[in-house]
Amino acid sequence: MVDGLLDRANVDAVLNDLDEYAVEEALRIVEAHGGNEEGGPNTVTVISMGPERATEAVRKALSMGANAAVLVSDPALAGADAVVTASVLSQLISQGSYDIVICGTESTDARMSVVPAMISEKLEWAQLTFASKVEVDVAAQKASITRTTEAGVDEMSAQWPVVISVVEKINEPRYPSFKGIMAAKKKTIDVVGLATLGTVPTSSWSTVIDSAPRPARAAGVVITDDGSASQKFVDFLVEKKLI
Amino acid sequence: MSNVVILADFVGGVASKSTVEIATAGAGIGEVTALVLAPVGQGAQYANSITQGPIAKIIVVESNDFALHGVAAVADVVSQVINEIKPGVVLFVSHAFGKEVAGRVAMKTGSGIITDAVDISPDGTTTQLVFGGSTTVHSKVTSELSIITVRPNTIAANFVEVNPTQEVKSFEVSPSAKKATTTSSLPPVKGGRPELTEANIVVSGGRGTNGDFSVVEAFADSLGAAVGASRAATDAGWYPHSHQVGQTGKTVSPALYVACGISGAIQHRAGMQTSKLIAVINKDPEAPLFELADFGVVGDLFTVLAGATEGIQARKA
Ligand SMILES: Cc1cc2nc3c(=O)[nH]c(=O)nc-3n(C[C@H](O)[C@H](O)[C@H](O)COP(=O)(O)OP(=O)(O)OC[C@H]3O[C@@H](n4cnc5c(N)ncnc54)[C@H](O)[C@@H]3O)c2cc1C
Repeated sequence: MVDGLLDRANVDAVLNDLDEYAVEEALRIVEAHGGNEEGGPNTVTVISMGPERATEAVRKALSMGANAAVLVSDPALAGADAVVTASVLSQLISQGSYDIVICGTESTDARMSVVPAMISEKLEWAQLTFASKVEVDVAAQKASITRTTEAGVDEMSAQWPVVISVVEKINEPRYPSFKGIMAAKKKTIDVVGLATLGTVPTSSWSTVIDSAPRPARAAGVVITDDGSASQKFVDFLVEKKLI
Repeated sequence: MSNVVILADFVGGVASKSTVEIATAGAGIGEVTALVLAPVGQGAQYANSITQGPIAKIIVVESNDFALHGVAAVADVVSQVINEIKPGVVLFVSHAFGKEVAGRVAMKTGSGIITDAVDISPDGTTTQLVFGGSTTVHSKVTSELSIITVRPNTIAANFVEVNPTQEVKSFEVSPSAKKATTTSSLPPVKGGRPELTEANIVVSGGRGTNGDFSVVEAFADSLGAAVGASRAATDAGWYPHSHQVGQTGKTVSPALYVACGISGAIQHRAGMQTSKLIAVINKDPEAPLFELADFGVVGDLFTVLAGATEGIQARKA
């Protein structure tokens, strides 16, 4: 905990692997449609926002095969909330010439799953989120997805430009090859500060008041089954008024 | 006291338990107006299904664009309603749809957003559980309007009977919110069991089931529980992915979570450790999930569950 900001660094590095699904999907789209189809997407640019050490994750995306990378890194963005994150990324996207933006759905603490929808709102691009399947029709400049959430399965489509977010089931991200890793070392990651982005809000409209580890759960009863465990389990359920 | 708007949540055209929960959370802050967005011709039916929860007033807006254009269309109309009635707080249910609508509304109205609150105090301070439930965070929105999404099953719902006044309003969905179109829509495949994230009791099976979920299901049915699974079980194809509990599956916090043949990897814990009570059945006394158990049995899950199912049925008879 620093200055009322929540430090996610130590957790992110280990668990936050969802964006690899987004990178993989982008690479697949370019491999299927780039080059050979007129007007097809042909480069994958990785964009991210975070401290300079985020270059590691970006480098991994480059070693998977992404062509270019831009990282927005600025001390003023420490502790940025979802609104600031979405505003900054939208600004960066609007300065490029992209047709399709693909994001992961979840960060470890699940608080950022709203960012793709917020970017779509800010850019006024179509929102195709929670995709378990993506199809691109270059001739029609259209993307179609299968949206899979707890509410069911929807087929949705839209004209480019679109913001897509993908769920983890969508693909099996490739491991970077040795060649890919070597090639990635030669690629430059364009690290930009806020100054290059023009006016974007940087102060969050939400603040963390405090945070604390949750108290450990009180120790429970653990028994070894000697034939009576089923009955004791039922007794437990009765005692807790669950039956 | 600020006025509170909640986006009422419906399952199959009927107000869900989550609607009552967010109304309860809102009533602690101020008077609650429920916003009901329904297909053309079904507004009254949707609104009339709100019979419980501390709701003072209902605003109904009908449009077929909600189903056709999804999140963007709903967020567009919610924002128009906010601009007209100027609430201090707007609450949404923290599922994928509710969070995305909330995110867009925050962007549109230039407001702060807090997602996945498990509690809200009368002054608007929220409690969130982060890092898989291991850390409690208190936060507050500092803009004039607070957008907050509330996790299902975490607020003790006030099921008070109500008969709120209804007002029908008309708003047009803006063209910029109609850019994505839904071409087909299927509800989730439903067994006879309750929805995983809404169930009072969840019984999950892991690799220890060795692919046989019949005892897990029979035990779940004896309690009217939902069935969950670890990733080892869903990856093996033993149970549908939609039932996976954990970091990359669903987050559940039922009154009771029963883990059968699940070791307790951190990614699994992330989805269940906020359950009020946890029971663990595992043949390995060293299984890490025992650390979280309120009631644990070191034993064979097939034997223990079969016996417990019989015991429960005997009590009912
Ligand atoms: C990025 C990432 C995301 C992940 N997301 C998730 C997720 O969302 N959800 C999730 O669950 N996992 C997730 N995992 C996987 C997780 O790390 C574990 O591999 C998984 O949870 C293990 O499942 P399990 O406990 O069923 O299997 P195991 O770890 O193999 O445990 C099986 C247990 O069953 C016991 N057992 C065997 N036979 C019996 C018997 N007859 N009676 C009683 N007990 C028995 C064994 O003693 C053992 O403890 C994720 C992993 C990664 C890397």
